[in-house]
Amino acid sequence: MSGLSLKYEVPGDDFTRAGEASSDVKRKLKKLGYDPDAIRRVAIAMYEGEINMVIHAGGGQAFVTIEPQRVDIVLEDHGPGIADVEKAMQAGYSTAPDQVRSLGFGAGMGLPNMKKYTDEMTIDTEVGKGTTLKMTVLVNHKS
Amino acid sequence: MTVQELAAALSLTVLAGEDGFDREITGCYAGDLLSWVMARAESGDVWLTVMGNINAIAVASLTDAACIVLTESAALDEDAKKRADMQEIPILTTEQDTYAMAVAISRLLPEAAP
Repeated sequence: MSGLSLKYEVPGDDFTRAGEASSDVKRKLKKLGYDPDAIRRVAIAMYEGEINMVIHAGGGQAFVTIEPQRVDIVLEDHGPGIADVEKAMQAGYSTAPDQVRSLGFGAGMGLPNMKKYTDEMTIDTEVGKGTTLKMTVLVNHKS
Repeated sequence: MTVQELAAALSLTVLAGEDGFDREITGCYAGDLLSWVMARAESGDVWLTVMGNINAIAVASLTDAACIVLTESAALDEDAKKRADMQEIPILTTEQDTYAMAVAISRLLPEAAP
């Protein structure tokens, strides 16, 4: 069946607006009566992705599909791409600039958190072209 | 114990989010790196931090924390205050440091202490 499809513009370099998309998805899932654990996992994974797009890619777009048993999130940007995905997946590895660290980001936990909180995650990235990140949270399955 | 009872017991000053005062506290987490906190903090936690920016409010909301306690009188940004009021996330403040607060909370909430 086709679920509820949502699309968001994630602004670049605006940390005050980062998180609007994930907050909105969280609200909608709550209204729809989804399991709190699934909501938490979707919201955290998506927020990390949004922050990554703000820090590294100058913004991008988020596409979310909500179905009864799963939530799919696609984050698409036209930023610099990820040169070494394996490194980027390591907890603690970060290329975030210093001013971002002073805001409390740049712990090198973004991608590891997304992986931790989702049931499936794939990264399609090309240096100089951009990154597309796909994540799936299965609703009645605790990861 | 509710957020309001915690604030009274530890003489914490309220900066924002009074509408969330009835929230039940079930644990505590301390940390300032937001992604780290997002990975570890649990629903119902008191979050001890010096991060008073708008992103901290987002993290508290996403992790479903019961409240934020800003330790060592760390500043709360104006836009963060507005967001906390809107999302009904209580923001409390204390002159004490994070360690002292964590110890005090573990005495108040022995069942939630590690």
